[in-house]
Amino acid sequence: MKQIITHYGYSDASGEYYVVIDTAKCDGCAECIRQCPKAALELVTLLVDLEDKVVAAVSEDHRKKIKYTCSLCKPEKNQTPCMTACSQKAIRCVWNPI
Amino acid sequence: MKVVQEGKKEYWRWQEYQKILSSKNWEKSDIITAGVDVGSVGSKAVVMINGEVYSWSVTRTGSNSPDSAKKAIGWAMEGTGLELDDFKYIVGTGYGRVNVPMANKAVTEIACHAKGANHIWGPTVRTILDVGGQDIKAIRCDQTGRVTSFLMNDKCAAGTGRGMEVFADLLQIPIEDIGEVSLRVDEEPEPVSCTCVAFAKTEAMGLLRKGWSKEKVLAAYTRAMAIRMCALLKRVGIEKDFVITGGQSKNIGVVTRIEKILGIKRLPMPNWRGGGLDPMIAGALGAAIIAKALHERSK
Ligand code: SF4
Ligand code: SF4
Repeated sequence: MKQIITHYGYSDASGEYYVVIDTAKCDGCAECIRQCPKAALELVTLLVDLEDKVVAAVSEDHRKKIKYTCSLCKPEKNQTPCMTACSQKAIRCVWNPI
Repeated sequence: MKVVQEGKKEYWRWQEYQKILSSKNWEKSDIITAGVDVGSVGSKAVVMINGEVYSWSVTRTGSNSPDSAKKAIGWAMEGTGLELDDFKYIVGTGYGRVNVPMANKAVTEIACHAKGANHIWGPTVRTILDVGGQDIKAIRCDQTGRVTSFLMNDKCAAGTGRGMEVFADLLQIPIEDIGEVSLRVDEEPEPVSCTCVAFAKTEAMGLLRKGWSKEKVLAAYTRAMAIRMCALLKRVGIEKDFVITGGQSKNIGVVTRIEKILGIKRLPMPNWRGGGLDPMIAGALGAAIIAKALHERSK
């Protein structure tokens, strides 16, 4: 399957903050959701080549404030609970504070 | 083109309308599908006959999604002789997609937008910026209109349709003229720092009190929004051809600034007042296309 990279987050005057999920790799196992201390992740259904595919996503409530939601996990160190939980290496954080 | 006549002067109010491409006729045996896109500000419906656009409507979203969906599709069918029973498949999309009562299926707006843009501009489209009522989407797609990467941002609403309505009201400039007025400055002011719609109004009032002209205030905000949108685009990567969909595709102030920052031009707007398709209906159009594909697969 060809990839659909989904980005949740934003860039503002203080830098770039995104949780990025590769939906081709994500198998919807929900392990990242179980490990996330902030309940920031959920499963959503995307239509991919006319088939429903269940994948992880950042929940709507957290998209607007991801910089604060994820800061406790120290995303700049690349070892957040969601990343270490994912056996597919489908989820990562892009954290570039200025 | 049928439009609603408004009485009182409401600067923020944009025009709702319905359009039937009169050259076509339909028969019961045709594959009739529809897409209904219930957005936070506008609800759009597109009717397709055998994969070709037949009619559409652009309406304001009301207080609830089911009624907004009914109004949009009802208006798209008006004067066509079509009834809901004639549709083989209807896809709901947009912010209110799970509450579209007549829909056979709900599909996320990202997939729909890419398909819609591919239909409006053709297979060369690779990057889509959609500026809707309350969020901004940056989408990358392939030649078939299949999404390869996307970013949805709903952090700041000031650069979106809702924000523009607030400015139109505050500055008493009709919403259709906002973009053009924002370009009437000799030089670009510094972009404002905060573009959150909740603060924007107070901040703009402060600037007006300081003696800034309406044009300058609008220029400062429009520029700030354009910079923000370009940052989102850079995250997904910009590849030509580039197009802009959603209500703000008509805001020449936003569009001009984005083109300047990116150094590339968008593909021109279709002549939607003539026989062309309105970039505001991209999501509903994509939904109608996906509806046809889902119907054919289910056979
Ligand atoms: S752990 Fe990885 S594969 Fe499992 S749902 Fe999360 S992102 Fe997808
Ligand atoms: S970085 Fe932490 S808070 Fe953010 S999604 Fe991953 S586990 Fe949850």
